[in-house]
This record gives sequence, structure tokens and C-alpha cells, in this order.
Amino acid sequence: MNTKELIEKIKNIVRGHSLYMLHYCTGCGAIELPPTMTSRFDMERLGIAPMATPRQADILLITGYLSKKTLRRVIYTYEQMQSPKWVVGFGSCTINGGIYYDSYSTINRLDLYLPVDLYIAGCMPRPEAIINGFKKLISMIEKGDAKGWEHYIENKKWYKKNQKKALGNSLYTTR
Amino acid sequence: MIIKFLIRGLLFLIGAFIFQVSLSGFSRKVVGRIQKRYGPVFWQNFRDIFKFLFKKTSISHGFIFDFGVLMAFGGTMATLIFVPFGNFAVIPGQTNFIVIIYLLAIGLLGMAMSAVGSGNPNASIGISRALTQMLGYELPFLIIALIIMFTNQSSSLEVLVNSQIAGTWNLIKMPLGAVVAFISVMGMLGKKPFDSPIAPAEIASGPLVEYSGKYLGILMIQHEFATVIEVGLFVNLFLGGGKTILDFMIKYIIVYILMVIISSFLPRFKVEESVKFFWKWGLSISIIQAVITLGFYFS
Repeated sequence: MNTKELIEKIKNIVRGHSLYMLHYCTGCGAIELPPTMTSRFDMERLGIAPMATPRQADILLITGYLSKKTLRRVIYTYEQMQSPKWVVGFGSCTINGGIYYDSYSTINRLDLYLPVDLYIAGCMPRPEAIINGFKKLISMIEKGDAKGWEHYIENKKWYKKNQKKALGNSLYTTR
Repeated sequence: MIIKFLIRGLLFLIGAFIFQVSLSGFSRKVVGRIQKRYGPVFWQNFRDIFKFLFKKTSISHGFIFDFGVLMAFGGTMATLIFVPFGNFAVIPGQTNFIVIIYLLAIGLLGMAMSAVGSGNPNASIGISRALTQMLGYELPFLIIALIIMFTNQSSSLEVLVNSQIAGTWNLIKMPLGAVVAFISVMGMLGKKPFDSPIAPAEIASGPLVEYSGKYLGILMIQHEFATVIEVGLFVNLFLGGGKTILDFMIKYIIVYILMVIISSFLPRFKVEESVKFFWKWGLSISIIQAVITLGFYFS
């Protein structure tokens, strides 16, 4: 192991234990987050804290279904975040559409549009499941396996194609 | 000679960084225990700062934005050099209170310039709140400091500390003034009742809204240095500094943790309420203290 790899490994350990999280709360997923953050389950002991702006955040937490209108905002938010950054899909709505699978206006699979590093399944997942999922994410970051943001840069054409298919050609609204 | 002072200054900055960052990490643990949580480990703030410094990308918004960050960081470090820490001063004899107050404004002005340069409306609102609140806390704090300087006929912090070590602490000599200064320092640090400039829920962390990556890491270090200056000023002015560095550190830790405990119980003032609070209660109590102290001094 040379020096560069060793430095990268130390950096990954530091990154894994300090995660600022931006929660994009569209649906019922927001209900399970406050108990996870506050006294009972205490997310802060893992080094995870909520943050107010996308510039300062490391994790984008998408809780619940995305309609075509909100997907556009999520893409803006994701592209404003600074790499390394990770996306966590939360609940079955982000995996296959959940109970909204046949709705005319919702997105069924999130990972067609954004590189999801980790899914937390359930409808909705309990705080125990959320903590478990974050522990998994921390160990992935420490090992350097969570590379969704690099995947997004490498396959930008494919993601943009999918996004345009869902949102129409006006991917970025012009004012 | 200059090399010697540079090395002393650098060592002092590194020491102050390690001390204050571990202390603020420990204070997160204290807040956690108050809220019946475990809280993070005490080196969590090191992880946060270095995580931001290790980010691979960070967005700049132009020359003013970059320059303001460096101005805030450099100005705060330059101020810290003049604060005596127990019996240790980087340049012995150069610990003037007026210089410290004068240089301390550079940090805040650099921050204001940079945040306005980002062009985000939340940042402008946050900075306007911070500067408005500055009008509130500076006035009572400076009145109390002027009384201390006048009664000792000196503005050097070392002289003020030595006179307190020889006699009694200013905390006992002028208790009303100490209370006002304590609250003013809480306002300077942006602790809980006075944290409307950085309110995360309403203006998305205010001036810091557009900072990312390395910029935010630098500003977090700047905030820790500013904390050392402000709490250090209070300890030097009212608690008699310290005979040794360890003595100073113990007093510093007590004052800082007391502020954290008080702030964790309180909700947030609106900015006009906090200025009104400082001017109504802070200013009137400090003027009463001035009348009492000067009355004893002249009689």
C-alpha cells in the first residue's frame, strides 16, 4: 500500500463518521425521522446531523415517492451538493413506486434518475431500520465502496436521457 | 527575534485550535446529556472540520467571496495573537484591549463581505441580522470594559490581569457588570437566545448558506478561534486571567460550559428583540454599574 492509498483511506474514515444530511421529505417518510434524530434513538452519536442547505450536506435523503414535479427539484438539489456525496432512498416508494406504482404522475424507480447508494426498505422503515441502514452506509463509505457520485459523472449521458424522458426537454426551467 | 515570535504564534494557534475544538465537541456531549441522549464522541468536531477540508469539490462565487473568507480567517488569527492565555502571551507586552476589539471587527466584516458576494438572499438577511445584533452587544460590553480600563488606568490585558491577581477579581468587585458582560459574550458567540443570525430553520443557516467544502471548513476553524478570543476576553477581564496556562484553561472551560448549558435551555430571540434586550437591560445595568464603581473610585 503506497502513501496515496493510505491518505485516501484515512480521508474515507473521517468522511464516514461525519455525515451531514439533507432530508427531502415528500411524503410520510418525514414522520419517522424526528424520533431517529431526537433523544430516543439519537442519530447524532453516529455523527449524523441534519443540515439546512444542499451546499453543506453530504447525504441526500429522499423519503417517499417523487412526483414528476418534485423530481426536478431533487435533481437541482443533488447537483448543488459537493462531492463526495451520497443518495439514500428511503421506503419502498423509491424502490418500485410502492402504493403509488400505477399513478400517472409519480416516478417508480429512483435509480434511473439519480445514483442511489443505499436503499432502506419498508413502508415506512422504523427508526431501528434507519439506524441500521446508516451503519451500513458508514461501513460502505469507510471501505470506499459508495461511489454513486463518480458513477453519476461517468454515466451522465444515460442519466440525462432518463431524466429528459420523465421531465420532457425542459430539464432546467428557464426564467 | 521575529522567527521566535512566528514559531510561538504558530504553536499558540495550533494549541488553541486543538483545545477549543475538543471543548466544543465535549459541549455537544453535554447538550446531549441534558437532552437525555448519548451525544457524539468529543472528537466529533475534528471529524466535521476535516471532512469539509477533504471535500473534492467546492464552489466559488467570485473573487470577493474567496477574499472575504481569507480576510475573516486571517483577521481572526491575527486577533488571537494579542490575547494572553494565563502567563503566556505570544508577544509579551503587546496585549492591548483596544487593539483586540479593533481587529475583531475585521473577521466579522470579512465574513459580511464574502457572504454578500455570494449573492444569496438568505446570506444577506443573516449578515444584516449579525451586524444589527453587533450594535446590541458591543455597547454594554464596551461600557463595562471602559470602566475596568479607567479604574486601572491601563488598557493592557496583562496589567488588568496582574492587578486582579494582586487584589480581588472584577467578578467580585463589579458583579452586575460581570453578568452583563457574560450575556454580551453569549451574544458575540451567537449562543442560543441570540442565534437569530444563523437560524437554520428560517434562513437556512444564514451567512453560511452558500459555503461548501473547504470554504466551510475554514470558516468553522475561524469560528472556533473567535470563540477563544471572546471567552478569553471575559476570563481575562473578570476572572483574573490565570497564574499559569492550566489555571486559565480551567476557568475558560467553566465559563464556556456554563454558556452552553444556559443556551441549551433557551429559545431564540427575534433580532429586534435581542437588540432591545441588550439596550434595555444590558445598557441600563452597565450604566448603574458605572455610576456605582466610579462613585467609589472618586470618593
